[in-house]
Amino acid sequence: MLNQAQQQLIQAFQEGFPLVSRPFQEMGHALGLDEAQVIEGMRRLQEQGIIKRIGVVVHHHELGFSANAMVVWDVPDPVVREIGERIRRAECVSLCYLRRRSLPAWPYNLYCMIHGREREETLQKAEQLTDGCGLRGYPREVLFSRRRFKQCGAKYFDGSS
Amino acid sequence: MDPELDTLDRRLLDEFQRDFPLESQPYRVIAEQLGTSEERVLERLQALHQAGSISRVGVVLRPRRVGISTLAAMQVPEERLEAVADVVNGFREVNHNYEREHAFNLWFVLTARDAAHLAGVISAIEQRTALEVCAMPMEEEFHIDLGFRMHG
Repeated sequence: MLNQAQQQLIQAFQEGFPLVSRPFQEMGHALGLDEAQVIEGMRRLQEQGIIKRIGVVVHHHELGFSANAMVVWDVPDPVVREIGERIRRAECVSLCYLRRRSLPAWPYNLYCMIHGREREETLQKAEQLTDGCGLRGYPREVLFSRRRFKQCGAKYFDGSS
Repeated sequence: MDPELDTLDRRLLDEFQRDFPLESQPYRVIAEQLGTSEERVLERLQALHQAGSISRVGVVLRPRRVGISTLAAMQVPEERLEAVADVVNGFREVNHNYEREHAFNLWFVLTARDAAHLAGVISAIEQRTALEVCAMPMEEEFHIDLGFRMHG
C-alpha cells in the first residue's frame, strides 16, 4: 500500500516536526530528500487519507482537562451506524468508534471520548449525548481515566526490523 | 483552561491543531497569522512542549490505514497494576496505556505491521502477566477528528 519512501517519511515525522525555521528541510536531510520532496510527500499522504491532520497535538490533561472519560454503549448492530452518524455531529465528543465486542466479558461496541475540567462536566456531556443521539436505554458505562502510563504517537514501522 | 496561558499560547493551541502550513517556513506563516515573529512562535511551542501541554507538532495518522491496530483491555488486580502496566509499556507496539476506573482497569492501544504480529504481542503480554487481554479492534470511525476544542 505504501512505498518505501512514504514509510520512511512516516517514520521520520512520528516524533514530531523539529521546532526550527525550516523543519521540512531538516527532516529531509536524514532521508536524503530535499525540502520540496518532503512537503510533496506529505501532501500526497494527506490526499490519500493516511494523514488525518497536521498541526499541534495537545495533551488534554496538562491543559486543565483532567476529567476525561471513555463512554461505551452496547448498541444493537442494526442501529449502531445510524447512531454513530448522529454522534459525528455532536460537538462534545473528540473521538467516536465502532469496535468489535469482546464477548462475553465486554459487550460494548460504541465508544466515545469525552473531556471535561471536572467529573460533573464530563458526566453532564455524557448525559446530553445519551439523550441527544437516541442512546437512552442502551447499556452504558463511563470509564474515567486515572493514571496515564504511556502516551506517544503510534510506531507503525519498527526501524530495527 | 489554565489561566496562566497567555493569549498567544491559547491561540497556538486552539487554532493550529490542523491545517499546519506545508511550506518552507511554516512557523513564519503561523507567526504572520498571529501578528508575531517566527522566533516567538518557535519559542512558545518549545515552552509548551517542555511544559507537557503539547505532545508534538506533527501529523496524526488515520487509524488502520497504516499497519494494524486494536484497543485492548485487561482486568488487573489493584496491587499488580503498576507492575503489569510496566510489562505492557515494555512493548514498543503499545502507544497509549491508561488506567481507567473499572474492573477493566488497564487500557492500551496496540499497533503492529500485520495481524500475525499483533496476535503475537497479545499472547506475549498474556504469558508474561498470566492475565487475559481482551481486544476490541475498530470497525468504523464516526467522528472526524478536528483536533480538540478548548473553547465551546
